[in-house]
Amino acid sequence: MLRIEHVYWLLGAFLAFAAIANLRERRIPMAAFWAILACAFLFGDAILAALAAGSRWPAQAMGVGVIGLGIMAARGKLGTSAEDETTLASRRASAQRLGNRLFGPALVIPLVTLVGVLAGPWLRWGETVLIEPRHATLTALGLACVIALIAALRVTRAALATGMSEGRRVLDALGWAALLPMLLATLGSVFASTGVGDAISALVGMLIPVDSRLACLLAFALGMVLFTVIMGNAFAAFPVLMAGIGLPLLVLRHGADPAILGSIGMLTGYCGTLLTPMAANFNIVPAVLLELPDQYGVIRAQWPSALALLAVNFLLMWFLVFR
Amino acid sequence: MNYWPLLGVATVVIGFVLRVNPVLVVVIAGLVSGLAAGMSPGDLLAMLGSSFVSNRALLLMVMTLPVIGLLEHCGLRERARDWIAGFRGLTLTRFLASYLGLRQVLSMLGLTNVAGHAQTVRPLVAPMSEAAAERTVGTLERGQRHEVAAMAAATDNIGLFFGEDVFIALGAVLLIQGFFAQNDIELQPLAIALWALPTAIAAFLIHVLRLRHFQRQLERAARKRVDAKGEGAC
Repeated sequence: MLRIEHVYWLLGAFLAFAAIANLRERRIPMAAFWAILACAFLFGDAILAALAAGSRWPAQAMGVGVIGLGIMAARGKLGTSAEDETTLASRRASAQRLGNRLFGPALVIPLVTLVGVLAGPWLRWGETVLIEPRHATLTALGLACVIALIAALRVTRAALATGMSEGRRVLDALGWAALLPMLLATLGSVFASTGVGDAISALVGMLIPVDSRLACLLAFALGMVLFTVIMGNAFAAFPVLMAGIGLPLLVLRHGADPAILGSIGMLTGYCGTLLTPMAANFNIVPAVLLELPDQYGVIRAQWPSALALLAVNFLLMWFLVFR
Repeated sequence: MNYWPLLGVATVVIGFVLRVNPVLVVVIAGLVSGLAAGMSPGDLLAMLGSSFVSNRALLLMVMTLPVIGLLEHCGLRERARDWIAGFRGLTLTRFLASYLGLRQVLSMLGLTNVAGHAQTVRPLVAPMSEAAAERTVGTLERGQRHEVAAMAAATDNIGLFFGEDVFIALGAVLLIQGFFAQNDIELQPLAIALWALPTAIAAFLIHVLRLRHFQRQLERAARKRVDAKGEGAC
């Protein structure tokens, strides 16, 4: 059976390749950065299994590694020097020669993912399911990337080494921005287990006039946005605000409809996601991927839509939840 | 109630305001929050390491980089631009509005990872948007080129966010249902998902209006450039 771990191992191997390539060019901080990250993928299962079995040192070593990543990201000049050496002229010529065949492999990624997700449950070899059902989408995405790479190598007649080093070029250009989403999710887990959410909902409960529906709903909506902006993730904000304001005040005290409040409340949080650099995978990573001079360029493009939708969501909640 | 872990949140805010490297800010915030909660260094390191490993699915987009890198090396972005430039009647607004609608519908079906910034925006949607804009308003300046690319990324985000909540078997709806179930309120996932529809429709309308406005701005800037040139010739 194809499991998500297999995809992780492959990804770990690619990161290790990037580390070695950088090491050979004497770019030590960058090499160390990708090497530590490769460990999380190559030994991730082993670390979690050891922790479950009561052995804590592998997880602690990974914790030290995370601190190392932070220091290297701040000190090393990551993501600066890897230039694409192909000139525009040669890319144009190659685009002319290959034409629309270039689209094929790029579209293989979404299409194979789609097929993997939809047909996954029926793809069997005897009794075993071929794609692990629990992480079907991500496993299918990994599989799709491998098939797309094979297709791309065939279409372009390039060697695998070229493919790997071109991938590494983009990875180096992304630098620490590639890592940020994963680290922010880690911070979310840390905040949850250190009781940050409980502390905030206790504070909010002390600050608002709880008898006013409008005040409670405003506090809930703005709290969702503000919290999402700070944590970078509406999923992290939702339980905090629901437990602090939504459930005790709006649902139990003022009789709000939980399904509508939950659904539109979450979407109100998404307006915050559009506004914050903490949601790095949506706002910072694309700015780096698209080589925008302004780190906040994507946020600048989407904030008016986000604020308009915030107003729409608030009005929808105001008119719908207290029916 | 121990309020000291809130120092972690303060660290994040201060770090971002001072523009310290975000990776370093996040690591320090985690350490501050853990120490303030009274965890021993050993526990803290183990928690940091295990949460980091548990969240590694978020780095999967790196898997697409060898394919994308290789295809770009062979001229994928240039080809995407030329291809779109050949369509008559295609404007920036029409192109991005179609992409927005497609992305919303795909997310509603639970197919969130089918498109994305690494998978589709950088190699296809951004260069195609540039080409569509150039069809409508003529050659773009450098700054405008960046604005168009940023708008393409923003469109992808909005399509993803305001589509996915309509799908019942995905994170958001299950999180909402799970929260209420823990508090003895039983809800059907479909009841939650349907209430995301009004916002999904509003998101489409609002963003398409903004795209139209953006294209008008580009057109106006282009006309001004032409006028300025005309005067220079006199």
